[in-house]
Parts: sequence; C-alpha cells; structure tokens
Amino acid sequence: MSSLQMPKVDSSILSKKDRIVSDIGRIINPKNVLSHPDELRPFETDGLTAYRQMPLVVVMPETVEEVSNILKYCNNNKVKVVPRGAGTGLSGGSLPLEDCVLMAMGKFNKILEIDYENRCVVTQPCVTNLAITHAVQDKGFYYAPDPSSQIACSIGGNVAENSGGVHSLKYGATTNNLLGIEVVLMDGTITKFGGKAMDSEGYDFLGLMTGSEGLLGVITEVTVKILKSPEIVKAALIGFPTIEDAGNCVAEIIAEGCIPAGMEIMDKALTKATNDYSKAGYPTDAEAMMIVEFDGTEHEVEAYIEKAKQIAEKNNSSSLKVSKSNEERLKFWAGRKAAFPACGVLAPDYMCMDGSIPRGKLAEVLREITRLSKKYDLPVANAFHAGDGNLHPLIMFDANDKNSLKKCEDFGADILKYCVKVGGALTGEHGVGIEKRELMCEAFNDKDIQQQLTIKVALDPNSLLNPGKVYPILRKCAEEGRVHVHGGKTKFPDIPRF
Amino acid sequence: MEEKQNFQTSLDFNKNIFKPSTREEIVEIVKNCYKKSIPLEISGLQSKNKIGRNFQAEKTLDLSNYKGIIDYKPEELYIKVKAGTPISEIEEALKKNNQQLAFEPNDFGYLFSGVSNSGSIGGVVACNFAGSRRFKVGSVRDHLLGFQGINGKGETIKSGGTVVKNVTGYDLCKILSGSFGTLTVLTEISIKVLPKPETSKTLIIKIPHVKKALDYLGQSLSSSTDPSGGVFYPDYFGKNFILNDLTHDGGLTGIRVEGPMNSVDQRINRLAKELALIDNEFSVLDSVQTEIFWNKTKNLEVFKNSKSNLIRVVVPISETLQVIQKLKKDDLNYFIDWGGSLIWMAFEHLNSKILLEIKEITKNHQGYYTLIKIEDDFKASADIFTIDPIKYKISEKIKKSFDPKRIFNPGKMYTGI
Repeated sequence: MSSLQMPKVDSSILSKKDRIVSDIGRIINPKNVLSHPDELRPFETDGLTAYRQMPLVVVMPETVEEVSNILKYCNNNKVKVVPRGAGTGLSGGSLPLEDCVLMAMGKFNKILEIDYENRCVVTQPCVTNLAITHAVQDKGFYYAPDPSSQIACSIGGNVAENSGGVHSLKYGATTNNLLGIEVVLMDGTITKFGGKAMDSEGYDFLGLMTGSEGLLGVITEVTVKILKSPEIVKAALIGFPTIEDAGNCVAEIIAEGCIPAGMEIMDKALTKATNDYSKAGYPTDAEAMMIVEFDGTEHEVEAYIEKAKQIAEKNNSSSLKVSKSNEERLKFWAGRKAAFPACGVLAPDYMCMDGSIPRGKLAEVLREITRLSKKYDLPVANAFHAGDGNLHPLIMFDANDKNSLKKCEDFGADILKYCVKVGGALTGEHGVGIEKRELMCEAFNDKDIQQQLTIKVALDPNSLLNPGKVYPILRKCAEEGRVHVHGGKTKFPDIPRF
Repeated sequence: MEEKQNFQTSLDFNKNIFKPSTREEIVEIVKNCYKKSIPLEISGLQSKNKIGRNFQAEKTLDLSNYKGIIDYKPEELYIKVKAGTPISEIEEALKKNNQQLAFEPNDFGYLFSGVSNSGSIGGVVACNFAGSRRFKVGSVRDHLLGFQGINGKGETIKSGGTVVKNVTGYDLCKILSGSFGTLTVLTEISIKVLPKPETSKTLIIKIPHVKKALDYLGQSLSSSTDPSGGVFYPDYFGKNFILNDLTHDGGLTGIRVEGPMNSVDQRINRLAKELALIDNEFSVLDSVQTEIFWNKTKNLEVFKNSKSNLIRVVVPISETLQVIQKLKKDDLNYFIDWGGSLIWMAFEHLNSKILLEIKEITKNHQGYYTLIKIEDDFKASADIFTIDPIKYKISEKIKKSFDPKRIFNPGKMYTGI
C-alpha cells in the first residue's frame, strides 16, 4: 500500500475497537463479528492483491434487518463501512480500511425464488453468478452476463461493478439483465428498486446503483432476468496476417448486421504463449487470431457463420476453421481461456489492464502499445473482447525489480490514457476501485466528478460507505491502474481470468 | 465555477421562450435562471409535452433549434446527436446504413394530435418509453451510451461515452433516462444503434380471449424461437388492422420473429407447432405487413383521435390477467404489449376514485402506472406518476444534487421535485 493514499484514519475509531465489537455483537450474533487478526487476515485484500490492509473488524450479517442496523450504528458513530461480496474484484473495490467495519455478505448465499413465468430469479447477493445458471439450466434457461470469474464471483458484486463478460456485445452487461434490487442505504433505510416488472416508477435508481462500486448502498437482494438457452452455438477460429486485417474483419462483421455472441482477438505474442502453454493448436503464423461465435437457431447460426467466413476471406484470413461439434467449439475457447495463465509462464509477473476502445481503433491502439512496449522495454501480449471494444493488455515484468515495477505502472497508465484519447474508457468491466481512481481525471473534468460526488453526498452525507474508492483523493493523475500477478499465481488461482 | 456574465449573444432575457441554437446559449440561460431562481420548462418537439403534471414555469427552454447529427459511426454502432434532433431525422440517417434504434421509440403524435410526431431524441430519453422490442433489447436507457448536459447550476456535465463497455464512475445515463427533464438539460446524446434485421414476419393468432392470449405470449417468450414482439388486441381493436394476410377482424395475438430469411421461416413454423396451433387459427404476415402492424402498435394508432384518458400500466407478466380482470369496466379499452408486461388502458371516464383503485391494484400486483393522457379538468389534481414515500425522499435528494434550486420542470413528476 506504499504509494496509495487512502482516507485519513480516524484514530478515535481505532481506540474504540473493543466497544464497536461488543456493540455490533449485540446487533447480530457475536459469532458473526470477527476481530482477531487471524480471523481478519483472509479479508485483507480482494482480487487486486497488490494492495492489502487489515480491517478493524469483520461483520457477517444474516438478514437485511441486521445489515440495516449495523449501517445505522456505523452512521451514527461515524464508522466507515466497506462492503464485500466474494472478494474476486480486480480493481480493489473491497480493499478494507484500517478503521473500517468490513461487511462481508457471505451469509446471503441462497437463491430465493425461481420464477419461470416472469423469467427471472430472485436471489441473495452472495450467490455466485454461475450458480444462477446452474439453478435454471435444467429448464433450458441461463443468466447471460458471464464474467470470466463466474464460478466464484457473487451476483451482488456483479451488480456493484456492472460486470460484463464475453457475451456482453449481444446480451449486455449486468445493468441490462437486472430487474430489481433490495438495497440498504448508509442511514439504514431499506428499499427496493425495480422488481419483477420490466420498468419501475420514478427515477431509475436501479440503474444508478448498478456499477456504483459499493459507494451508494449495500445490496441485499437481486432479481435478474433469465433467458432461454440458444438452440445451437457455433464458433469459427480465424487467423489473420496483420492486426489491421483482423480489425477490419471485426468492423465489417458488425457493419454487415451480424451481431456475434462473442468475438475475441489475441495478438501473436499471446497466441504463441497460449500454444506453448495449453497446446491449443492455434495458427502460430498469424499476427492475429480471432474466435467469433454465433448463437441462435440452426438456420440463423449457419447464415451468420457463412457471412463471417466470406468477410474473413475478403480480409485476407490465413486460416479458418468452423467448429463441427460443441466439443470442438469449447476447445477453441479453452486456449483463449488459458491465455492469462500462459503469460504467467513467460515472465515472473504480469499486470492485466482493462481499457475500452472504439472497435475501429484496435490497430492504432495496438501499434501504440507496441511502441510503448519498446519505450519501456517490457514485453506485452494482448487479448481483446473485439465485439465490444474491451482490451486487456498483459504487461510482463519482474516485481522484485523496483525499476521494472515502476516501468510497468507507467506503461499501464499510458495505455489507459491512450484508450481515453481515442474515444474509449478507462475501464470496460473491472471497475475503477482504487486501481484507476487517480486516472479518473483523464476521462472526466472537475465538474463531472463534482456532480458524481454530489450524488454520493446526497445518499451518504458523511462519506462513510466505501470511501476512498472510485474518485480521486489526490488531485493528480497518478500512474496507477493494473491487476498484478506474481509468479503466475493470482489470489484465486482456480478462478478463470480472461 | 466562475460565473461568466456574458450577455453579448442574441439572447433576450425579457422573452419568455428561449430558442437557443448553441450550447453556450443554453449554459447562459440556465446560469441566469439559476441565479434568479427562475423556473424553466424544458421542451423539444412538443410530442410528449402533455405527459406530466401541470406546473408553472416562468420561461420555456425550447431545444428544437438545438439539433443535428454530430457524429455517426455505423461500424461502431453509435450515433451522437444534439438533444433537439428529431427522431425522424435520426431514423432516416440510420436507414441509409440499414440500421435502427432497436428500442422502437413510441410516436405519441397520433394520440395527442392525430398526426405523426415522434419527437426529439432528448424527449425520448427524458421519457424512457420503449416500444415492442422491450423484452428482448431493453428500454431507451439500455441504449444510451453517454450524454453531455447542463445541470441546474449551469455547469456542463457528462457521463458515459460512445463505447458499449464502460464502467467508469456512476452510470448517470440511467438516472437521466426517464427523469422527464427534472434533473439536467440534455445537450448531446450518444445512442447505440443496431443493424436492421434482414427480414421479419409476424404470426397472427385469432384469439378473442385475453387469458389464452397471455398463455400464447408467455409460451413464445420462453421459447428458443427468440421472438422480438408480442402483443394482444381484443375484439374491438381487431378491425383497426386491414392487412392482406389478416383474414379476420376480431381479437388477435401478434408475435414477431426477426433475423435472416430462412431462419425466420423456420422459427415461425416452429412457434406455430410449439403453440399447437391448427391451420385456420393463425396467419403469417410478411415483412411489409409486419412493419405496418408493429408501427401501428408502437404509435398507439388504435387510440388515434380517441377522447379517452390513457394510462400506461407496467406489471410482471404473471400479474397482467388479474390486473385486467380487476380493472375491467364497461368503458375500458386496452391492448397488451411487451409480450404481456405492458397494458395500455383507455378509460372514457376517469375520476380520483377510479385512479386510486388503479393505483392500489397495480401496486398490489408489483407494478405501477403512468397517466399519459387525461382530461384537463382532472389533470391538476391527479397523480400522473406514482411513487412510494421512501423513494420520494431519495428522489428529493437526487433532484437537489442535480438541480439545487429546482428550476428544471419543477413539479412535472411529483410535488416538490
């Protein structure tokens, strides 16, 4: 936590630790209040493991009333609260503060209702993303947003971060698949925004809460839309001699009116790493490798695959393979999904960036990344959710070499700044958290940020809920913004990241 | 934050209607009104201005001159326009590239004035009313990628951008969609556009009964045939549709399927089979007739020239039948859109007792209503929008954070907001 400034620690809170523990122990079952350092340790970080901080105390409420009473208590006593779901977030949104109550929502882990008539699932927030699909798939339904960490990430966390996934081009991110939430505000107010109907009355608070990174309220219940699973899914694996050709192919597929379920590009460096690591069988001579996937009814998918083939050939594709079975399709993806761990083999550490760019700027941005790679003398490999313009450059470095770490940080910040420069965004799906906080002023001016802060103050006047996240504390654009992986080991090595 | 007093533009502050054509002028107007606490009515192309409560505004900010396409990138699937740009102009531009606004903005012109007027993009975002594709592609708010606007202090603010994936900061696009101009004057709007489907067809099922119709709609929406529209018109509206392949004039259920040619045929056939329809129970509209049918639906043309009060009710699909049965009155005409979730209800006579009943019933069935068209006499006292006390309190705070002196459309949605 060396270079990261967090809100000033309130020493009076630290000195009242015992009282806070016993007070909250009267609000909820004292067994659910953790205060011993050994108990706190597992909560010191989330998916952004470069930063660690032990909280003052961890509380694990079991009911919405308990959440409300704890927040009321903390609000009255000016105690900071940091909410936490599964703790898989990559931008440090759940990083504790020294003087905070960490509210771990892990006990909210039940699916409450499956409603096929209204095609929705009502669930507690700490149910995992994938568990929702598992609960409804026997009836041929699924929940569309699929962040790569879906086996472990919680649906409440998905709402807080507005998580996307490989299929968000066609099916949207969390915000487009959410019908309602129950939320508790910092003053203890319990309310519901939305429900099972498609729209709700008044201002769209559901939309405002989604992606607010735990700064506006604590989510205690979530209602999501479920969709009927497509009849068939097919993918094509296509190699291109240049990045430009691949970029043009993406633009033309979109312009032709085919909206793929997913469209991924990997550059040569990443393709090679993946082949060496997972024997994916990707074309090694290609400068860019693309997976394009369509879903729907049989005729529909055939028609789109045919169109994509023609467009690829027109754009000089050097190889093209269409999946003949579901197994083969999954094999195409297996390599792509192994891409991040594959990078872990190439260098002691890598940093995963998350910028969003206009699809048409891919070649330009990759050229800039190559230039920066030479400037900083650090290798880089690129994965790209091409369909929706979400770029994940993986910068390789050695964290034991301070100079290398600094170079990597500067390199990463330069990439994100360039994303904003070409009309993109600082973060496509990982959130701002603490990671990109100081870069916010690249995307927004003071007035923009001030408007957002005014909303925060309207709902949380004392700024007690997840303070220090999303909005810059320092009025400078510090060179921050990355997911750090050391020795190929993430905090949760069993969670896929792609 | 420096207030720049600059009166060298053509603005005349003695006038009651401002018709700015630049953002600088809008900023100047708002700053002036903020300073002097002058309430402003924000207006576009007058297509939906009758929706909302009566309120008093000393001045009108008419954005109809603030129009034009700023940037349209078909391959990036977005169009960036000034807020006063007519929807018709946007749709014309998109058509040239075989693209569309997938949320099918309603045309309220027929309802209020008997002729088409789909309004401006600013108005469409401010109202957040979506057409029949709602259950498949989302509402207006799901297509708003970014905006620039002027808050109640006259400060230019922005959120979002032009890329689809963007989680940088609070998603203000959502809170402004459907805020009826009470929070911010929108100046620039970036909206997602999508390819027009290659073709579309509509399965028309002859069905006079709402219960059976809702069964059909429910089944189709849960089917992998992936429909993009589901509507039910009772008997009295059937005759409004004169189409080559529509062989009867009674109640009907329409289900639309869109996509590549042979896939649409395959899905329509499969849908008919899944619903176990027999031959003389249904007909299929080709793409031309499909377009006419769904345009009439999104434009609420069955209510054209009607003198009735019109209420828009949104409930979960499972509740629709009960809501209709409970609200059934002799003078009620209605039709159902969004595959069962949206009910357009026209009452010849409305009074506060009936309205209270509608409020209770929709609330008890987990939904809400919006009064769209209402007799002038009754309008002053009627609740046009519903809200519960907790959300009202939060709304007050949010209103204050954008518009501290309550100068934008004060009272248009709720008293005090």
